[in-house]
Amino acid sequence: MAKIHVTTTINGSATEYLCDPNQTLLDVLRDNLGLTGSKEGCGSGDCGACSVTINGRLVCSCLVLAPEAEGQKINTIEGMAQGEKLHPLQKKFVEMAALQCGICTPGFLIASKALLEKNPSPTETEVRYWLAGNLCRCTGYDKIISAVMEVAAEMRGAPNA
Amino acid sequence: MPDGSPNPKYKWIGTRPDRPDGADKVTGRARFGADFNLPGQLIGKVLRSPHPHAIIKSIDTSKAEALAGVKAVVTAKDFPEQANLIVPTGEMQVNLRDITRNIMAREKALYEGHPVAAVAAVSEAIAKQALALIKVDYKVLPHVIDVADAMKPNAPVLHDGMITEGVNPPPTKASNIAKRVEFNKGDAKAGFAEAEIVIERDYSTQAVHQGYIEPHAALASAAEDGQVQVWSTTQGHFQVRGFCAKLLNLDTSQIRVTATEIGGGFGGKTVVYLEPLAIRLSQKTGKPVKMTMTREEVFRASGPAPGGNVKVRIGAKKDGRIVAAECTVEMQAGAFPGSPVGPACMCSYACYDIDNVHIVGFDVVSNRPKVAAYRAPGAPISAWAVESTLDILAQQLKMDPIDLRLKNAAKKGTKTAYGVTFNTIGMVETLEAAKSSEHYKSKPKPGYARGVAAGFWFNVGADSSAAAHVGEDGSVTVISGNPDIGGSRASLALMAAEELGVDYDKVRPVIADTASIGFNFVTGGSRVTFATGLAVVNSVRDLIRECKVRAAKIWNVDPEAVMWENGMAKPAGSNVGEFEPLTLAALAAQAGKTGGPINGHAQLNVTGAGPGFGVHVCDVKVDNDTGCVTVGRYTAAQDVGTAIHPSYVEGQLQGGAVQGIGWALNEEYIYNAKGKLDNPGFLDYRMPVASDLPMIETILVEVPNPTHPYGVRGVGEVPIIPPLAAVGNAVARATGVRMTDLPISPPRLSAALDAAAPKMAAD
Ligand code: FES
Ligand code: FES
Repeated sequence: MAKIHVTTTINGSATEYLCDPNQTLLDVLRDNLGLTGSKEGCGSGDCGACSVTINGRLVCSCLVLAPEAEGQKINTIEGMAQGEKLHPLQKKFVEMAALQCGICTPGFLIASKALLEKNPSPTETEVRYWLAGNLCRCTGYDKIISAVMEVAAEMRGAPNA
Repeated sequence: MPDGSPNPKYKWIGTRPDRPDGADKVTGRARFGADFNLPGQLIGKVLRSPHPHAIIKSIDTSKAEALAGVKAVVTAKDFPEQANLIVPTGEMQVNLRDITRNIMAREKALYEGHPVAAVAAVSEAIAKQALALIKVDYKVLPHVIDVADAMKPNAPVLHDGMITEGVNPPPTKASNIAKRVEFNKGDAKAGFAEAEIVIERDYSTQAVHQGYIEPHAALASAAEDGQVQVWSTTQGHFQVRGFCAKLLNLDTSQIRVTATEIGGGFGGKTVVYLEPLAIRLSQKTGKPVKMTMTREEVFRASGPAPGGNVKVRIGAKKDGRIVAAECTVEMQAGAFPGSPVGPACMCSYACYDIDNVHIVGFDVVSNRPKVAAYRAPGAPISAWAVESTLDILAQQLKMDPIDLRLKNAAKKGTKTAYGVTFNTIGMVETLEAAKSSEHYKSKPKPGYARGVAAGFWFNVGADSSAAAHVGEDGSVTVISGNPDIGGSRASLALMAAEELGVDYDKVRPVIADTASIGFNFVTGGSRVTFATGLAVVNSVRDLIRECKVRAAKIWNVDPEAVMWENGMAKPAGSNVGEFEPLTLAALAAQAGKTGGPINGHAQLNVTGAGPGFGVHVCDVKVDNDTGCVTVGRYTAAQDVGTAIHPSYVEGQLQGGAVQGIGWALNEEYIYNAKGKLDNPGFLDYRMPVASDLPMIETILVEVPNPTHPYGVRGVGEVPIIPPLAAVGNAVARATGVRMTDLPISPPRLSAALDAAAPKMAAD
């Protein structure tokens, strides 16, 4: 099978890769590029552990074909912290114990960030429905929802924080 | 950072600092099972039986082996036969003869998904092609899925030589009933004769999966000299080492296992599936071999928790005092014996002080994947039945359901049906905490009704080793050997900091591989913070002892003349002399002159695990048209001993409660008539998502465990026990219809409501 050459931007860096036509974006991130922060929980779009954004839109990277990334801007968990500084969501997840095993955490963080960019003042119900595509088996979601709500409030109060 | 402990006795215990592995886990840096790779690695894949029950007449691997890029194929022939020998794994027991057959089918395939061969190839695509080229000649046999069917005399028998244990005289014919267990206290017959009210019901539950989000994954590298390295996502890397050594005839010292970060386990990662196959493939090829399961493989072939049938009979006086109780539990073991029917029986009435109890259990094999532990293995199933029956009793006696339980609650000195007499326990305190909660004191919102249920779990101790090392600058590394599945690094570091009298961030907890610390039993049985915590505390005490010796040398006094306070060696009294206190940093700076590196060690077999009790309160609303149940409010109260890091204790209660809610409302293994699993994916195996749930309120009742220096009790397992009946009892009170079979999924509940409607209308 001839490989396809893809030029794309990942976490702000111009990136090129060769992939099989039927390879998923998740496989390329993990296996070709060593970006193993995106996780595979199901490979069928049901768990959200593989969440990334493409041009700001939240997607399951296990459902995206790797050649589709051509010319797009991909953001993964590896690009969320700025240098030494964790994103407020990352900080709050640790502070509020919004993770136990942590396998779902990259997906929740990417999805939560996408939510707050779209809707800076979500209600609890809105947070719950937005994150309904992300499975967490450890936490019962309670502390995840609280962390997202609190970050939303803080970011509204202090936009440059 | 914390503002100081709410517990006046402590500086660090009870605070909520950031976990030591927090930054790694929110940045994608933490490496889980499938994140490990080695140069030149091959990819391993498993061929699985499409039949639930079939004789394997022959396997022809020649075509697969001839495919370019395929480096090795293994079948059962590549694994030595094992003796009929039972070994413990977590809270369950397994037979090595069965385990070798479960990782690779021998004479027969016993469930759909049972491995029959495995290949290693240069890519996943080629490995998959190779699987398609393996020819297995099966003779398909009749199968049996249901426990009740499997127990019938004419059922297809899975294991020819299996004679039921625990029956006298032993049966002469093989059957699917592996074992019968029985527990007795007092005289149940006499007790029922005394009863003024007797309630009897039959209940059932379906198999459910632990549902960890991370599929099983293992990477093995075997060298030509026999040395093996393994990276595996497991709750017990020492168990992986032990099993693989046995299954492959290696010394344990030849295998070095590193536990990767683990993406959930809940008991399901206390056994081996891929590791022995990856090692064998690596041995045959001389290359590292990586294997991961797909989600479908996880469902079809890794340990679900069993379903079971439970018959309950409870006799009481009109004032609510229970005078006699019976139950019979028939439990799925999957394809090999070893269901948690024992703990299910033992836990059934353990919350209560009842004089006359009679409990019988059956361990039953059928053509399903072999069950594995899942949080308080077995207990949710018997508790579902007992706690539902108690609710019926409360309704019939017109008693408050918490008052009924208080009237019968187990206390210090209560003797259980399985023979143990309780030390200090918190059942009464937990019931009272639930009763006085704001939730329980306020009326359910309009349209909602309330259910209550309780649960009990033993918790375990077992073997742990730990070490504490002082660095050249006086900072401390604490080394233990239990994978951190939910924040245990934080709880271990907190206890070490407290004991040592130094700041939490001066203690770095590390989880060592099997070659770098002594043996540690699995992360399971809610034992890590309790038992490994005790090992850590003891290793720190050993370190302090050593520090006193070093200070004594420096001061030229007796070690007994030195005391340890606030992280410093000080003279024990004014008669010792005037000396400036020595910090860890000061002691470390002079270590070369006083005896070399300063370390502490501990190893112990921990007993005295304090049992835990939980009481959950649940408000539900039912859509009468669709049968859809909405949980509107939920509170979990539990006696947690001492909450070392309260956030992670709350997290255990919340996560366990939600798994129990899923078990109650949606989750089930659905088999079709051909004996195949119809819902091996997250779309059709419906686990709770965020929009299904309210916040889960928690009440931490701190009744310290007297056998632990900080009063720790295991907390991880109890919370999955009460929710099944708490939800069911709420549904019964909301609709007037008592559901006895789980899950209470929309199709089942709407059918039950429809069936009840004419009768209710007539009433
Ligand atoms: S791995 Fe993509 S949704 Fe589960
Ligand atoms: S923290 Fe384990 S799955 Fe979410």
